[in-house]
Amino acid sequence: MSDFKRISVRGMSKRFGEKLALQDFTLDLYKGEFVTFLGPSGCGKSTALNCITGLLPISSGEIYIDDECIDDSKRKTAPEKREFGMVFQNYALFPHLTVFDNIAFGLRLRKHTRKSVIEKVESALRLVHLEGYSNKYPTQMSGGEQQRVAIARCIVLEPRLLLLDEPLSNLDAKLRVELRYELKALHERLRVTTIYVTHDQTEALALSDRIVVMRAGKIQQVGTPEEVFSDPANLFVADFMGFKNVWKGTLQSLAESPDHLDAVVGLGVTTLRASLHYPQGDARREAITAAFSSGAPVVTAIRPEDIHLRPAQGMNALPCTATLVEYQGQASQVSAGFDPSSPERNAGDRIDFRSAQRVGVGEALQLGVAPDNILLFPASDLATGGQAQERAAP
Amino acid sequence: MILLVPAIIFLVLLFLYPFAYGLYLSLTNAKGDGTFANYLRFFADPRDFRTIWTTLWIAVPITFINVGLAIPFAYYMRRGLRGEKLVTFFLIVPITLGTVLISEGMLSYMGPKGWLNQFLMAVGLVKDPVRFTHNYLGVVISLGLSGFPYAFLMLLGYISGINPDLEKASQMLGASKLQTFWKILFPLMVPGIAISFCLNFVMAFSVFPSAVLLGQPSGPTRVMAIAAYQWAFEKFNFNAASAISMVMAAIELIVITLVLVWRGRMYKGASIVGKG
Repeated sequence: MSDFKRISVRGMSKRFGEKLALQDFTLDLYKGEFVTFLGPSGCGKSTALNCITGLLPISSGEIYIDDECIDDSKRKTAPEKREFGMVFQNYALFPHLTVFDNIAFGLRLRKHTRKSVIEKVESALRLVHLEGYSNKYPTQMSGGEQQRVAIARCIVLEPRLLLLDEPLSNLDAKLRVELRYELKALHERLRVTTIYVTHDQTEALALSDRIVVMRAGKIQQVGTPEEVFSDPANLFVADFMGFKNVWKGTLQSLAESPDHLDAVVGLGVTTLRASLHYPQGDARREAITAAFSSGAPVVTAIRPEDIHLRPAQGMNALPCTATLVEYQGQASQVSAGFDPSSPERNAGDRIDFRSAQRVGVGEALQLGVAPDNILLFPASDLATGGQAQERAAP
Repeated sequence: MILLVPAIIFLVLLFLYPFAYGLYLSLTNAKGDGTFANYLRFFADPRDFRTIWTTLWIAVPITFINVGLAIPFAYYMRRGLRGEKLVTFFLIVPITLGTVLISEGMLSYMGPKGWLNQFLMAVGLVKDPVRFTHNYLGVVISLGLSGFPYAFLMLLGYISGINPDLEKASQMLGASKLQTFWKILFPLMVPGIAISFCLNFVMAFSVFPSAVLLGQPSGPTRVMAIAAYQWAFEKFNFNAASAISMVMAAIELIVITLVLVWRGRMYKGASIVGKG
């Protein structure tokens, strides 16, 4: 087992015929880190994973482990020589082999002695809580158990890098949460450097040290779960992280101070005061000041959780009428239309919020949102963020 | 249940009745009295008894060749190829043409004055025409042409049904392409190999038209089917002919049993491939 400090991917691109599936992908992974590639289907996250494993040849760029180049788009170390482990969405257990033989597969290829194979397989089975499953065949087990065997099959080889390609997507909701806890515990314990691919932001936030948000083959933002969740770099990331209230408007005034911007946005029916924590040097700050000086439209991004049924002091008022109420147990998901609706307003604009209190359809509401809870992005983000709009709510 | 009746009637009329009648014929003489004489005669007559080995000597090697060639072909075409449709078309043509047309074609194409021999002599590979027809080789070649497509198409279906992630998983665990083939793909193909071996063997073992047209029906390629035909339609002894076909059926059953035993030893896992 060769030790290392860092895996660096530099300017990696992947082309399928005319289509550029992955563009200028650059990322440093540090030993022991848990990094998640997050994005909607078709964003290139699985392509990036397969390129790093070497299963897909890369079109340009380089991959290094410390100073050792394992792929420079011309010459590459074969996938079987990289000492990486991979877990697949469909488990990919060998159906003709028992659980024991599945886990022993890699050890036997590495010519371990009989005794060491037995010891290692048994300790791997203990690690994933499957003692006593040695002689079962994959088809005799549930999906969750099969995926745990697949994980054991990888970690028994102590890989330099563990790659998981949507490992929980084939499981039902309850098992998914259970296995997610187990993955977390396993990583806390073994500290295997891990890349995890998913389209589920809950999984990404729960598991990762860092998240790489991707769209259309490009990295949108790299950051800790907290950074990505509360400080999204653009409208796409914001939308993916649940900022569902995206309303078009124009900047009426903008006051600059070193670490934030105070804006007033006209929505047609009402105006909003927004306090933006965009420090100097932030690309978002430049985009908003540019939009103000050119008079270009902007869009809001507000979480449903930040819109309140009973506005407190200092909040923006949102007069509206409830149009749709979805009961979801502890709270209801409510959609509302602005009052009074006016022809210049985009008919698609609606207010999404959550309410613990029962709200009736047609009820007139006076909602409120704090200036601190509003993000603004240039409306030109909408065009490139179109894909995000199509994405079904999680 | 009532929906099964037509199928049962069909099976009884077309399969069970002829088989039972043949068995009855083989165990009686011309007058209808019960006797083992037909079988005793077959095993006592060296000229007839020898047909077992003659037939096996044709059927077994060509079955191995057909299935053995089909495995690498199916392996390389498992993910599809450019021009795959064309390849498949050329493979299916021999199936649709039928044995007689293939034999006729081979007689002229591979005959002493045929294109193949002219080409071989022009290139200088051989001095005198090679005898491809009217011998053992001719029968074997024709069985290859008609049997290989079946074996190939069946194995292609099998191997392309194997979850492609299994190969990736094996590779990521450190296996080379060759190790992946022998440890993962081959064992998963065993059921398909067994079935296509059985079908190919049965087809080759009951060879008749090409053994007559392309072989030497009086000697080296006097297969069991020819012997049975001669007893039935030259000597008009249907009892003796039936006995020979019963022996044929018995040998086919023995071979199929052997293959299935091999399959059982090789493949102990679940029979469902794909979902993993």
